[in-house]
Amino acid sequence: MRDALSQTAPGPDMLAISGLTKRYAGRGGEGVLALSDVDLSIARGQFISVVGPSGCGKSTLLKILSGILERSAGEIRLDGRPMSGPDPRVGLVFQAPQLLPWLTVTENILVPARVQKLDLRAARARAAELIEMVGLTPFATSYPRELSGGMQQRVGICRALIHDPELLLMDEPFGALDAMTRETMNNELQRIWASSGKTVMLITHSIPEAVYLADRVIVMTPRPGRIVDDIAVDLPRARTLEMHNTPEFGRHVARIRRHFNSEGTLDA
Amino acid sequence: MSRHRRTATNALQHLLLLAAILLLWEAAVRLFDVPQIVLPTPSSILQALIGLLGSSTFYRHLVVTLGEILAGFGLGAVGGTVLGVVIGLSPTMYRLLFPYVVAFETMPKVAIAPIIVVWAGYGMTSKVIITALIAFFPLLANTVMGLRSAPREQIEMLVAATASRWQVFHMVQFRHALPQIFTGLDIAIVLSVIGAIVGEFVGARAGLGYLILQYNFNFNIAGTFAVLFILSAIGIVLHWIVASLHTRIVFWVEHDALHREA
Ligand SMILES: Nc1ncnc2c1ncn2[C@@H]1O[C@H](COP(=O)(O)OP(=O)(O)OP(=O)(O)O)[C@@H](O)[C@H]1O
Ligand SMILES: [Mg+2]
Repeated sequence: MRDALSQTAPGPDMLAISGLTKRYAGRGGEGVLALSDVDLSIARGQFISVVGPSGCGKSTLLKILSGILERSAGEIRLDGRPMSGPDPRVGLVFQAPQLLPWLTVTENILVPARVQKLDLRAARARAAELIEMVGLTPFATSYPRELSGGMQQRVGICRALIHDPELLLMDEPFGALDAMTRETMNNELQRIWASSGKTVMLITHSIPEAVYLADRVIVMTPRPGRIVDDIAVDLPRARTLEMHNTPEFGRHVARIRRHFNSEGTLDA
Repeated sequence: MSRHRRTATNALQHLLLLAAILLLWEAAVRLFDVPQIVLPTPSSILQALIGLLGSSTFYRHLVVTLGEILAGFGLGAVGGTVLGVVIGLSPTMYRLLFPYVVAFETMPKVAIAPIIVVWAGYGMTSKVIITALIAFFPLLANTVMGLRSAPREQIEMLVAATASRWQVFHMVQFRHALPQIFTGLDIAIVLSVIGAIVGEFVGARAGLGYLILQYNFNFNIAGTFAVLFILSAIGIVLHWIVASLHTRIVFWVEHDALHREA
């Protein structure tokens, strides 16, 4: 596995954010300061989770990183190169998988490949591999409406990986799933990450989920949105569900939760 | 009950009801001695219809009217969809042009028919223009609304994958507009039949509307009813064509309760 890699590799940063600020133009003239002077560096191959109460700017951060939103100020470097706008080196997973209902599972996964005019023969082979990896091979030619929520979300993850991005961004990908499916998906994501070597940024409302999956947990607070804590999670890989009951795990969760005792807006 | 049996039973019920209505109609006209020029009996209408279908002049009129309907519908539908795409995709165009669209929308298009006939003459051209104008607006309005119905997150998903404006349009927005475009086509095809006939009423030398006026003028009311029957048959067939294209092309939307039940 990649225990050694994920915890020691210093290497160059995959993602380097400095002074990132976002102000939404608002009716009142001054608008909403959603992100204020955010600095964050992520090493190649690292898995980081971002937690914070509703409205602290997590989605805003992700939308700027994926090029959907313009930033007001600041600099973003991806693998050393400055980023401006959408970038094929980034893959994005939404809370709702946003599959296109007129396309089969395979065709949905191929969408970024078509958009980027990649070689479709190679992309098809890769799509089949990804589908196999998430255990959906019997559903390769099914339409999204024939899949459960968890299966659809797995298709969404395959789609984010089809163009082999270096950075995978996920905005509460499992928020809509029931607890059991969520645990399964967590393990699956851990497996995908371990075997693919991607750098992952996962936004979640669940502190245990954040700790369970991440090498580092970033804690944000609102008004204005900024980073207040950055916690290295040194639990060994590969992680198992039993680790939820270890004292170290509890220690991490408690430290994160302390930030929100006054806010009280995060899930248990 | 099997699905097949149920369909058969339904058809039988419809036929029985239709037969009862026609019998009642025939009996009432005969019983109360209603003159044929006020209300003809179903049997005399049937006779007129058979006569009509056997005469070559009828087919000349049929071809004229069908040509007007299809040409007008085609022009109006394509024009409405194209302008709908322009207005639906560009906020500036939307802001500038949509007020005019609404203003024209509320205007009863048949009221312009006399002017069009004056401008374009008694031939097929004037009817094609009137029909096109009538077919234009349902497509325009439905295309604009349909394009705006695409979920923002699906568009963002494509944008994040570095999609161009054109790719976002044809991979997501136009697809989402299709169900509404087909609703527009269905409205437009039925209105197109009305448009062609109204145009012919205003001034024409051929066509089924012209034929109705001729029959009416000669107190051939059974003949008028026979043409009306043909017109509704045309309407039903055209509607059916649009509807079956709709279910075939927009296959990812559940079309009605019947589908879900089956
Ligand atoms: N399009 C917008 N226009 C104006 N303000 C916005 C817009 N989108 C978000 N905001 C504001 O920016 C702030 C951060 O929003 P954001 O969606 O990034 O929060 P979040 O951390 O993702 O919250 P949640 O956990 O509920 O998803 C909020 O105060 C929100 O009201
Ligand atoms: Mg959010």
